[in-house]
Formats: sequence, C-alpha cells, structure tokens
Amino acid sequence: MPLDNVVFWVFAPISIAAAVGMLVMRNVIHAALFLVVNFGCIAVMYLLLDAPFLFAVQIVVYAGAIMVLFLFVIMLLGVDRSDVRSERLFLQRPLAVVLAVAFLAEITVAVRAAVGFSTLAPQGFDQLQTQGNAQAIAEVLFRDYFFPFEVTSILLIVAAIAAMVLAQRSVRAVTQAELVAADAEPVS
Amino acid sequence: MRTPIAYFLLLAALLFSMGTVGVLVNRNALRIFMSVELQLNAVNLTLVAFARMHNDLTGQVLAFFSMVVAAAEVVVGLAIIVSIYRRRRSVDVDDVREMRW
Repeated sequence: MPLDNVVFWVFAPISIAAAVGMLVMRNVIHAALFLVVNFGCIAVMYLLLDAPFLFAVQIVVYAGAIMVLFLFVIMLLGVDRSDVRSERLFLQRPLAVVLAVAFLAEITVAVRAAVGFSTLAPQGFDQLQTQGNAQAIAEVLFRDYFFPFEVTSILLIVAAIAAMVLAQRSVRAVTQAELVAADAEPVS
Repeated sequence: MRTPIAYFLLLAALLFSMGTVGVLVNRNALRIFMSVELQLNAVNLTLVAFARMHNDLTGQVLAFFSMVVAAAEVVVGLAIIVSIYRRRRSVDVDDVREMRW
C-alpha cells in the first residue's frame, strides 16, 4: 500500500469523525474545536494533492485566524449553554438528513460518471512547478488573475471596515462643535 | 500519487453534506456559520482535487481566492452576529424576524 494511500485512509476518517463531532456536540466551543481538527485534516489532503502552499494557507488562515475569531466570538457572547429546544418545523431533522443523503448519492453518481472511481491523477504535475508550488501559484495569480487579486484586496479592506462599523456599540458620535462648546462651558 | 482522485471528491461531497445538515438543522447562528465554513472547505478540497486531476494550477489559485473571500465573510458575519446578540441577547436565528413578512 503506497504511503499516500495510508495517509488518506488515516486522515479521511478523522476528518469525517470531526465533522460528525461538530454536528453532535452540545457545547459550541467543543464543536468549534472539532472543526479545527477537520480543517487540519483537509490541510493534509491538500498536501496529498500536491498543494503545499494551500496546506500552509489552510493552517494559518482557517485553523488559525478564522477559528480563533470563532472561539473569540463564542466566548465573548457566552453562548456555551446548550440550546435544546423542540423542533419548530415538522420533521426538520429527518428531512435534512434525507436531503443530505440524496445530495451525496447524486454527487457519487456524478463523480462516477464524470471521473470514475479508479481514475488516478495524471503524471506531470511536477513539471508545472519546477521552481516550487508557491512560485507557480504566484505566476498564475499575478499574470492571469491580477485584476481579481486587486479586487480581493479592496474586498478585505471593505470587510475590515464593515466589521468595525457593525460591531461597535452604537454610541452617538460627538461632533467637533460640541467639543468646543464643552470646552467653553465653565466647569461647575 | 496512487490515491484515486474520486476519493477526494467523495470525501469533499460527504463533508459538504454534513455541512448542509448542520445548516438545515441548527438554529444557533454560530453553529450555522461553522457548518457553512465546513461547506466552503469541502468545495475548496474539490477545487484542489480537480486542479490535480487536470494538471492545472488554476484550481489552486481559485481555492486561494475562496479562502480570502471566506476570511472576509467570516469577519463580516461574526460582526453581524455580535451586533444581533447585543440587540436581543440571543443568537437564535428564529428570533430574528424583523425582515419576515
């Protein structure tokens, strides 16, 4: 059994188990930690698929930044109490599971028809990235996708501003005129 | 690489379905959001798998873009959740009904 098969069959069940854990855990913090495990396993899958740069980005951005943000908000809001409430929609849970299983079956049929269960990845992926994966990605990114890259930077700035605007407490802004008036007012 | 590409695609499909179940079943906005993250990751895995299958780095670049957009989306979404929690002391999506007809 080749090594990458072993790695796949070790980490795929772990990622599935972590996803299940995320769904069934009552405590939201535990669910978030299971999600971190899942992201780590997906990062290993990137490594298997010859994407070491995305492996690093996945660890840093997803398992690092995004999940820390999640845990921060969870602890800030203190929503660690379990929310056990009766279903408000008739048969919501069974229907959701049935729909998900139907979707999975559909994808399986599509994968079988379009890719085939035993198709191996073609050779020659290394020739695309003789200088290394990050350099090859940078070449594609900055040559073919330069404009989307710049748009993405605008998106990030807008997101940062939006987060500040949305999350600040609604304190009325003090105008410059009021400050001047407060200064002129004699202190009693 | 001796692992068939289809395995990665099926793993991604399975994770995506689990994320779908999480979105459909949960009412806590944070849980729904985490399930959406799971779905995004599954799609990223599909993109990278197809990049490997077609010997084309464009899929990896797309996954990279998707990660950046996901980061921005998480920031805005969590800010919205915090702001909703401030207003009504709850992150239950059933409690937010101002925009319902």
